Amino acid sequence: MLSVQPPAITARTLAEQINTAYEQKSPLIITGGSSKAFYGRRTTGTKLSVSGYSGIINYEPSELVITARAGTPLKEIEELLAKHGQILGFEPPSFSDTATLGGTVACGISGPRRPYAGAVRDFVLGATIINGKGEVLKFGGQVMKNVAGYDVSRLMTGALGTLGVLLDISLKVIPKPAVEETRILPYDHQQMSSLLSSLGRQPIPVSATYLHNNLLYVRFSGAKAGVVSAAENIGGDILRQADLFWHQLKEQHLPYFNQDRSLWRVSLPPSAPCIPDLLIDTESITEWGGAQRWVYPKDTDAIQQWAIDNGGHASCFRNVSDFNNSKTNSSDGNGSTFSPLSPALLALSKRIKHSFDPHNILNPSRLYVDL
Amino acid sequence: MNSNIAASIRTQRLASLIPMLNQMIPDHAILSEPEQLKAYECDAFTTMRQMPLLTVLPDSIEQVQHVMRCCHALDIPLVARGAGTGLTAGSMPVENGVLLGMNKFNKIHDIDLHNHSAWIDPGVRNQAVSDATAPYNLYFAPDPSSQLACSVGGNVAENAGGVHCLKYGLTVHNILELDVITIEGERITIGGQALDSAGYDLLAVMTGSEGLLGIIVGIRVKLLAKPASARVLLAAFATIEDAGNTISEIIGAGIIPAGLEMIDQKGIQAIEALMHAGYPVDAAAVIICELDGSAEEVEDELSSVLAILNRLNASDIQISTNEAESKRIWAARKAAFPALACLAPDNYVMDGTIPRRALAQVWTKINQLADEYQLLVVNVFHAGDGNMHPSILFDSSDEDQHQRANELGTRILELCVQVGGTISGEHGIGLEKINQMCLQFTDEEISQFHALKLAFDSKALLNPGKQIPTLARCTEFHAMHVHNGEMPFPHLERF
Repeated sequence: MLSVQPPAITARTLAEQINTAYEQKSPLIITGGSSKAFYGRRTTGTKLSVSGYSGIINYEPSELVITARAGTPLKEIEELLAKHGQILGFEPPSFSDTATLGGTVACGISGPRRPYAGAVRDFVLGATIINGKGEVLKFGGQVMKNVAGYDVSRLMTGALGTLGVLLDISLKVIPKPAVEETRILPYDHQQMSSLLSSLGRQPIPVSATYLHNNLLYVRFSGAKAGVVSAAENIGGDILRQADLFWHQLKEQHLPYFNQDRSLWRVSLPPSAPCIPDLLIDTESITEWGGAQRWVYPKDTDAIQQWAIDNGGHASCFRNVSDFNNSKTNSSDGNGSTFSPLSPALLALSKRIKHSFDPHNILNPSRLYVDL
Repeated sequence: MNSNIAASIRTQRLASLIPMLNQMIPDHAILSEPEQLKAYECDAFTTMRQMPLLTVLPDSIEQVQHVMRCCHALDIPLVARGAGTGLTAGSMPVENGVLLGMNKFNKIHDIDLHNHSAWIDPGVRNQAVSDATAPYNLYFAPDPSSQLACSVGGNVAENAGGVHCLKYGLTVHNILELDVITIEGERITIGGQALDSAGYDLLAVMTGSEGLLGIIVGIRVKLLAKPASARVLLAAFATIEDAGNTISEIIGAGIIPAGLEMIDQKGIQAIEALMHAGYPVDAAAVIICELDGSAEEVEDELSSVLAILNRLNASDIQISTNEAESKRIWAARKAAFPALACLAPDNYVMDGTIPRRALAQVWTKINQLADEYQLLVVNVFHAGDGNMHPSILFDSSDEDQHQRANELGTRILELCVQVGGTISGEHGIGLEKINQMCLQFTDEEISQFHALKLAFDSKALLNPGKQIPTLARCTEFHAMHVHNGEMPFPHLERF
């Protein structure tokens, strides 16, 4: 049985701090473990640390749900789940041992399993938040299905704290696959696309893909019989130490990510074509069956336009000016920038921001200049 | 509203609206005669009815935009309707408001075999998507019981579920992009062909927003590969506890069944009387468990499940060996509601969802409450995801019974909230459960919902009065609740 300890900092204290900031119209920078401080635009304001609001509140493996406070280290959650043969289905990167659950949900970054198991938002069942007026509000719950009211807890996912400070979060968890196996095939982009397009129409347990320099890695996960037959059918070589490889990929520890220039993320329909050479330096890393690509663009405006023309969007994930002091919460750099929104969507997003944070005090401009 | 005032508003609105609509909408697409409007006065929650001012049946996106601009300019409320199979009066018209029928939007425009998605109109029937994509071995996962008739636009509006949610998700997990018309008549794209989009996750907000935020005119749905193999098993239990523990153990063993259902004794007897499916009528409960995947996977999981069943004293175990047998077991389950109709003229179907661990406790309490209110309650339960569908059987022509059924319904939903659940798992709020929203949410939370709504619809013209109660309504509801001898629901300590 889980013993629930009171947090080092209470929700009431956090709510009072936010309420004071609301009354003084004084902006706050919400921080957790600062593992993803590089992500999002740079902002200024008084630091509001949520890391003391930590601890797992509820976990019953047979319910497939875990509820924890936002400041809980992601590591603590993953270790507890592992003891019971379960995992977070979206395979989140942590970028540091200090990563918290709140930051993981607020940034909304998912790992290699995302196209096959779902994104962070797909696993969020409920969240207690503090809005920009200092009100503690609870949305969603601890159950798989909940259609009472608008889906505010999913709206918080990826909002970078601009709509509310996350307090308690309930996530759906999944059983750890019994078996995983990764195969390597000498495929180029075109060959990858046709293979994955065909695999997607068959009940084949693909759980991750990676393409770089004409080598395609395909991971299969699930019950032994299904994984073995799928791997044998696809052929190629078995990747040794596959767990280590996928971990290095999601944590961006592969040498490709260790370059002294700005790393961009391009999100696309899986079947979008190969990004033209004239737009990027060195070949991209392609994940998610083609839907996520990591690039070093030659011309950032051109890559954004190309992404939009191909049905997706491109954003600066790590800005080079932050790179040399990447783990600091420095306000010197420009931070990352996201693909521009259409005028109508931007106007709507501003009104939504205003509805949660009328004095614009929660991480102002972290997501977009006006959000 | 005073009927004279209502009539005069009606006359004024018709006089200004019809000529304006006519600038782009032909006469035949504007219904105004009472006999034409009668068909639109309610959805599948038939105890609530309201005639609309007009029904407009647009056949192009431009026409939808025009209707929206007219209503916005004239401050006339508007309610969208798909197939009208909703269970909560969500698409019931509002007095002197326009009813926007989306039935003419019924085309599947594109099936994208490379990205495993399809671009469809909102009026396309749920089942039609899976039928059209079946030749490519693909299907659309959400499968509400009304899937033969309900529209995908309605599925998005309600965030519809079904019996396969635990493994394959709800509508929100199975759509990629929406083409939406705002109340100002502006067209916006929410989501996209990629797996995520820049900015806020508005796709999540639109899904389940019950027509209060915008009108959906196009949907990109995600398609999944059909499983190679599926087996369905049925098992009987002498106690609810054994049945409940079996469900926890199956999931605790790392198995996610495609479907996992539980039916109580009264439900079994009602179904058996109608369907003769071979359900054991003396059991306290039966569970139905569907396993799918590759043939090898299914065999592996089946042997694990059988070991659990044997350990927990299951009897009368039936295992399908082919698709026909699987269908027979499921058909009986899906006939639960027609079966109940044989027992009483009216059936108030609840939709509360609870953490599975609270099942035995809630089940026992529901039976106590049923005795207290002297009504028959039958439990049919999506056990895998905790979604309960207790059916309160009553006769609405008996005013006292009708009243007792409503009160009992509120007590059951209150119970679901108390154990950490929700008043609605998949049917939505509409008007039917609007009071019970006050049980689940504080005034601050409800105010936040209203603020979010106004960000989309500043004049509050879209489906007004549904889904989110006014604070005044909650105050009144809490007062009534005390009046009936109950403590008002003690608001949860939020700190």
